[in-house]
Amino acid sequence: MSEKPSHIVIIGAGHAGGTAAALLRQYDFQGPITLIGEEPIPPYQRPPLSKAWLKGEADADSLALKPLEFYAQNKIDFRPNVRVTAIDRQAKGLTLSDGTSLSYDIAILATGARPIRLSIPGADLDGVLELRTAADAEALKASLGPGKTVAIVGGGYIGLEAAASARSLGANVIILEREARILARVACETLSTFFQTYHEAKGVKFELGASATGFAGNEGKVTGVTLADGRILACDLVLVGVGVAPNEELAKAAGLDCARGVVVNLEARTSDTSIFAIGDVAQRPMPIYENRMFRMESVPNALEQAKQAACAITGRPAPAGETPWQWSDQYDLKLQIAGYPFDADQILVRGDPTSNKFAIFHLKGDQLQSVEAINSPPEFMMGRQLIGNRKPVNASRLADTSISMKEVAA
Amino acid sequence: MAKITYIEHNGAEHVLDVKTGLSVMEGAVKNNVPGIDADCGGACACATCHVYVDDAWLAKTGDKSAMEESMLDFAENVEPNSRLACQIKMTDALDGLVVRLPESQH
Repeated sequence: MSEKPSHIVIIGAGHAGGTAAALLRQYDFQGPITLIGEEPIPPYQRPPLSKAWLKGEADADSLALKPLEFYAQNKIDFRPNVRVTAIDRQAKGLTLSDGTSLSYDIAILATGARPIRLSIPGADLDGVLELRTAADAEALKASLGPGKTVAIVGGGYIGLEAAASARSLGANVIILEREARILARVACETLSTFFQTYHEAKGVKFELGASATGFAGNEGKVTGVTLADGRILACDLVLVGVGVAPNEELAKAAGLDCARGVVVNLEARTSDTSIFAIGDVAQRPMPIYENRMFRMESVPNALEQAKQAACAITGRPAPAGETPWQWSDQYDLKLQIAGYPFDADQILVRGDPTSNKFAIFHLKGDQLQSVEAINSPPEFMMGRQLIGNRKPVNASRLADTSISMKEVAA
Repeated sequence: MAKITYIEHNGAEHVLDVKTGLSVMEGAVKNNVPGIDADCGGACACATCHVYVDDAWLAKTGDKSAMEESMLDFAENVEPNSRLACQIKMTDALDGLVVRLPESQH
C-alpha cells in the first residue's frame, strides 16, 4: 500500500482486537486507531478465567493485556460498552449501539464468538451460567464454594477446566455430556478416557450420553437438570459449555463472504479489501495444511491473525505460516496440543497414560499432523517442529520412549 | 517497582519500572516491548518469552523448574543464560535487571 490509511477501526476488543491495536503501534502505524469493545474493560486474557482466575490466583490487573493508560498513551481511542450494529461498506461508515457513527479507512472485525445457549425450558433461570467473559467468570466464582454442587453441561475443555477449578474450591461437580465420551469433537478416544479417569479420581462425576432437556427451578433459581431419561440431577448452579458460535452477523449483513465464520485470505483480509477479520470469528486458510480453511478458537490463533492483519496494513512481510497450537491446564496436568489431526490415518501413543505423562501423535502417512502431549514438553515442542517442517517421521521410532525426541526428529 | 532493561535483538533498549510481583514477561508485554510474544500469557506452555539474562544477574534470578528447563531445551538459539521471562518474578533484589531478547521467538 503506497499511502498509509488515515483511520483504522477495530471492531471487538478481545485478545485479537487488543493485540492488533498494540501491534499496529509496534509496527509504527501513525494514524488514528479506534478500538470498540462491548465489555466494560480493556482487552484481557480469557484463558485464566476458567483456571487461575476462578481459583482466585489472578487479579484483574494481571488479566489485562495492557494497563488502561496504555491506550491513551498510544493514541488508541478505546471505547468500551458499545457495539457496532452496522457496516456501510459503500460509505465506509459504522453505526454504533449508542446511536453514534464513525467512518473508517480500514476496519478489522474481531468480534469473536459467543457461547451457544441451550433452548430448553429453564435456561433463563438464575444460576444457569456460561463462561466467556470476565463478568461470566465473576458470577461463576461467586456461586462456587465448598459443598456447592455444579452441574456442567458439556464435556469440552472449558467444562473440564472449570470442573478442575471447582473441585479445588471444594465444590461437587457433575459433568453431563451428550456424546458417548467427553471431548468427542476435539480429541481422540485415548485422551477422552484419560481425562475422564483423571477427573473421576479427583471426585468428578460423569453422565455420558446424557441430554439435558430442561432445568428445574425454585423461585427463579435453578435447582436441578432434567435429563432425557426423566431423572433430575440436583445442583446449586449450572455451567453450560457446549461450544461457541462465531459473531459473524455484522459481516453477513454487510455482504462479506461468510462460511461458518468470516472468510479471509492469508493476510486476514475479507472479501472487501478494506476489511480484515481476525480471531475466533475468522474462517482462515492454514498454510501448513495446504491452505485448508478452518476456524480456530484459540489465543495463539488470535495473536497470529492480529499479526497477519497488522503486517498487511503496515506493508511488512507476512509472518511465516504458523503451526497452530493450544493448551489446557487441569489440576497438575498440562495438556499442550500442536496441529490438527486432519486426514490422519494412524494414531500412536508414546509413553504410558497411567503415568500421567504421555503423548498422542496423529500421522497421515509419514507426516505428523498433530500431537496432544500431557506433561510432556519435549513431545510437544519437537512434535510442533515436525508438524511445521513437514519432515517425514518414522512411526516406530516415535512410539519408542527409549529414543529421545531429539533423536526421533534428527 | 523495580527497573528492568530489555534490549531488543537490534540493540534498542527499553528501560522500564515494573511492579514487583509481576514477571519479567508481564513487564515487557504490558509495556508493548517488541520481541516477547508470550502466546500463553505465562502458563509456561509455549516458550515464546525466551530471554537471555545478563550474566551479572543470572544467579539472582533463581533456578529453572523442570518444566521450564524442558521447554527451553527445545527452543531456538538457547544459551546457558536463557530463561523463560514468564518464570522470573520481579523482586526488589532484581532492581536493575538486564535481559536481552533473541532474534525470534519461533
